[in-house]
Amino acid sequence: MNAKTAAVRSGLARGVIEFKQTWTNREDAVGQVIFALLFLGVVFFMRDATVPGTGFSLGAATVPGVLGAGIVFTGLTGAASYLVIDREDGTLLRAKATPNGMLGYLVGKTTTLSLGQVASLLVVLIPCLFLYPSLAPNGLWSYLQLLGVLVLGLFATLPIGAALGSLISSPRSTGLIVGLGAISGIFYPVIALPVWVQDIAQVFPMYWLGLGMRSALLPDSAIVAEIGRSWRTVPTLAVLVAWAVIGLALAPVLLRRMARRESGSSVAERREKAMQRVG
Amino acid sequence: MRDPADPAVRVSGLRMRYGANDVLHGVEFEAYRGEVVCLLGPNGAGKTTTIEILEGFRMRSAGEVSVLGVDPAQGGEDWRARLGVVLQSWRDHGKWHVRELLAHLGRYYAPYSTPSMPRPWDADELIAAVGLTEHAHKKIKTLSGGQRRRLDVAIGIVGRPELLFLDEPTAGFDPEARREFHDLVHRLSDDLDTTILLTTHDLDEAEKLADRILILNGGRIVADGSADALSRQIAGEAEVRWTLDGQRFVHSTTEATKYVHDLFKQHGEAVADLEVRRASLEDTYMTLVHRAEAGGETELGLQEAGAR
Repeated sequence: MNAKTAAVRSGLARGVIEFKQTWTNREDAVGQVIFALLFLGVVFFMRDATVPGTGFSLGAATVPGVLGAGIVFTGLTGAASYLVIDREDGTLLRAKATPNGMLGYLVGKTTTLSLGQVASLLVVLIPCLFLYPSLAPNGLWSYLQLLGVLVLGLFATLPIGAALGSLISSPRSTGLIVGLGAISGIFYPVIALPVWVQDIAQVFPMYWLGLGMRSALLPDSAIVAEIGRSWRTVPTLAVLVAWAVIGLALAPVLLRRMARRESGSSVAERREKAMQRVG
Repeated sequence: MRDPADPAVRVSGLRMRYGANDVLHGVEFEAYRGEVVCLLGPNGAGKTTTIEILEGFRMRSAGEVSVLGVDPAQGGEDWRARLGVVLQSWRDHGKWHVRELLAHLGRYYAPYSTPSMPRPWDADELIAAVGLTEHAHKKIKTLSGGQRRRLDVAIGIVGRPELLFLDEPTAGFDPEARREFHDLVHRLSDDLDTTILLTTHDLDEAEKLADRILILNGGRIVADGSADALSRQIAGEAEVRWTLDGQRFVHSTTEATKYVHDLFKQHGEAVADLEVRRASLEDTYMTLVHRAEAGGETELGLQEAGAR
């Protein structure tokens, strides 16, 4: 077997193993469940409110936004913090010391994060479908659209997350992304926000992933709460593809630069620093 | 086997500069196939930098380096597959199970298997070889420090490397684990003809394991030879102890054999409890490092070792 093929296969196996770990390790699984419960709780308490100007449930309207934001959280923050943590504990150096190990590592992380996306999306979506039967009005077509947005979302967030992760030195720096959630109209229709905030929100993928999810899961009557009263399918595609292109252009360069700098002493140095933080 | 024309590692004129600071000033040495070479030196002597350059993890400033016939700065994945690296600071894959990780990492080496060198090493066999059988299905983060290091060693050799780098491999081992580890190193070099380059602060370990010892100080190799050769040439003096008519005597001399001969000639069978002690590797090491720190005399060590 070709060495690169072997590494890709090992990477896939690695991705599945580490995905399973996120659901079998107590701390990881508890984290996932708490995250989902928080979202579900918020959505549940919004069930009686309506989207301004319509009779449509604000709770139902929030579900797609939460799913869209979830893609950004898992994709971007997930990829970035994996890289930071794996650099600190030596996982990356281990990959570097293994033939084609970096290839296997990247395939593995992409697999883990993609499976994680699907799982965390389902954990939120399935209970919401029971809570709000009005979601996904077009049946199969709605789910295909959702799948399309998810795939696009992976491409728009994972590479950028990887690029970010190779630049920052502490996982805490990814906290900024939470701020994006506030301005991207996740919990409240974006048209209720000042126009300049709307403009900023529209630069980032989180708003567009929320919009894409809403267009997939909400009935057309909910369109009144959107900018320009449109699902804006083409701009959604364009912005997300643009982020994917930027990410895919930056990530390989930055990842290579980061990998080149890894050595035993850089791992040891970071360990010292981490010890000082704890102590 | 020890073909001088084809060393596993050849380093000449190796220099490393960080900013305006020179860390290595022309390091020179060779390591042959199947040889266990130990790199000793105080902290900051440049051991880690040297090893990292050989591992291909760090770019050098100047000099010639060849590792398994390849310049590490240009080493590809085929070259990588022939090396094993064991570092001190690994805490990775804590959520994996011991056997699971070894089997997983082994798969990367399968394409590099040859009839004479089947790769990877069977995971269960390897786990037994490093004495982790009863922990094979434990989560890695639950291992003790010594067990974790043995796992690191196992990962380092899972691809049956031709050249193995060991960075302070037995730090945190209990005496029994250390003994077992030394046996493993001997087996690797004797049975598999693995070249091993190790760093340690444990001089006793260096003496037990190494065919040859290199002492690095202030960015230069100040001594190169077997533990015996180094202690003979550098520390020089041996200690002769004996008793005569119930009285104990101690005498230091550079010519122990001659002294003992004279002793017997003079007193015959009245000499009892005779002991001749060579300077230990520790004495040699301290002498060398102090000499180098005193300044200007670092070349002396090289000359003496060279005269071997």
